Amino acid sequence: MQSKKILDAKGLACPMPIVKTRKAIQELRVGEILEVHATDKGSKNDLAAWSKSGGHELVQDTEEDGILKFWIKKG
Amino acid sequence: MTENKKTTIVLFSGDYDKAMAAYIIANGAAAYDHEVTIFHTFWGLNALRKDEDIKVQKGFMEKMFGKMMPKGADKMGLSKMNFAGMGPKMIKSVMKKHNALSLPSLIDMAQEQDVKLVACTMTMDLLGLQKEELLDSIDYAGVAAYLGDAEEGNVNLFI
Repeated sequence: MQSKKILDAKGLACPMPIVKTRKAIQELRVGEILEVHATDKGSKNDLAAWSKSGGHELVQDTEEDGILKFWIKKG
Repeated sequence: MTENKKTTIVLFSGDYDKAMAAYIIANGAAAYDHEVTIFHTFWGLNALRKDEDIKVQKGFMEKMFGKMMPKGADKMGLSKMNFAGMGPKMIKSVMKKHNALSLPSLIDMAQEQDVKLVACTMTMDLLGLQKEELLDSIDYAGVAAYLGDAEEGNVNLFI
């Protein structure tokens, strides 16, 4: 998947992953994809809920060695 | 774009942990593109105090209140396990370990995200707090202004 931008939110605690994701996605255009890397266990549900509420699409998410990765398409 | 949703929080408590919860929700709501208001009343006003000594004219009672209350967010105690000040030290070290933002940084972050911080003027009078003693660029209002925001609020909390 072609990400326009990668946000490193590893090591950050709630609510920072969401705060930073919002800032990052503001710089993208509709349809572009933001990739987010996080280690906060809550960020999976957080980003899913946040994307839905903001009209964005959480296209895919993976977890590997405790690192959660998300691909969010700006809506 | 449709009109933004609104979140309002009444911060009544002057406890470090409760204020942290309030500010985490406020920052989260701001990230949800909500218009966020935190209305500080009673002990919650202490979160807005500057940590330095500010010279202002005060009566005896007001001076006493000023001395007994924490000067700023970082000096606030915990609602549980305060242990005469040991508790906050412990929790701050654990917070550092887990990379959680301190209360003063959460307040900075909230201001950066345009969260509206409001001080209740009636309780400022009761506790003898003056504008000079509180953070710059905050608003001052009463119950009607709060209700004006809250009646359109999608999330309204009292902490």
